[in-house]
Amino acid sequence: MPHDHHDHDHLSPSDHPYRSDDDVPLTYWQQMEIALRELLIEKGVTTPEEIARQIDAMDARSPANGAALVARAWTDPAFKERLLQDASAASRDMGFDIGPLRLIAVENTAQVHNVIVCTLCSCYPRNLLGLPPDWYKSRAYRSRTVKEPRKVLFEFGLTLPDETTVRVHDSTADMRYIVLPARPKGTDGWDRDRLAELVTRDSMVGTGLPSTPA
Amino acid sequence: MGHVRAPAYLRGRIGTIERPLGAFPDPERLAYGQPAPARALYCVRFTMAELWGDSAESPSDTVDAELYDTWLERLD
Repeated sequence: MPHDHHDHDHLSPSDHPYRSDDDVPLTYWQQMEIALRELLIEKGVTTPEEIARQIDAMDARSPANGAALVARAWTDPAFKERLLQDASAASRDMGFDIGPLRLIAVENTAQVHNVIVCTLCSCYPRNLLGLPPDWYKSRAYRSRTVKEPRKVLFEFGLTLPDETTVRVHDSTADMRYIVLPARPKGTDGWDRDRLAELVTRDSMVGTGLPSTPA
Repeated sequence: MGHVRAPAYLRGRIGTIERPLGAFPDPERLAYGQPAPARALYCVRFTMAELWGDSAESPSDTVDAELYDTWLERLD
């Protein structure tokens, strides 16, 4: 029986191993962060409420922002042109607060597939996609994507034809990138909201394609 | 090595300017709180054949990266 646990001493009721507690001392930089934060509050530069609000605002950003951008580009040719010319300005046009972010949108076509990586750290268009997934920051993804992108994409479930050119974009400095995936077939006449539901996070990083209509 | 924004796998390789990206305060000085004059940043395109030679997965695929002019040398 799957839920008969007599001899699973080290497993949780869901049959997974227990994760050990993180009973480790604070690192130097964790201590520095706490000290700095407390000083800024004590001196009246900021308040705990202001910090909590900023954390909430950062957590609220999600791939839905990017998906809205993509869906509009699919339905509005003038907007698409503006997005490819200056993605920062086009994002602001849609009301997204992207701060000083310098954004470049790269378009997937029948001939070209784009994929984003940051080999040096973990640069990611957080304002439009939210927090990056853990794999995006892994050494394996960062080092392999510039060397063998097709193998990496295959592991994500994406096999590209040999005729398609893969363009890897390494965010090494001040730009951030978002992939404008190709609009799925069978979506003629769909409105923006419906289209946006097909736009996955991975399709905007280039490690996936949009969902196809059911 | 310090705070270097030109990845090792691109150094000494030949690429073409895909587009100029504007000028930004030099991150390699900014990181140390030094005066950081604006430097021209370029998107530079490299082929997989140029980067990885015979072991390239697909020679005509490309890598685009952002490089400051301090790291670039014109080929005539």
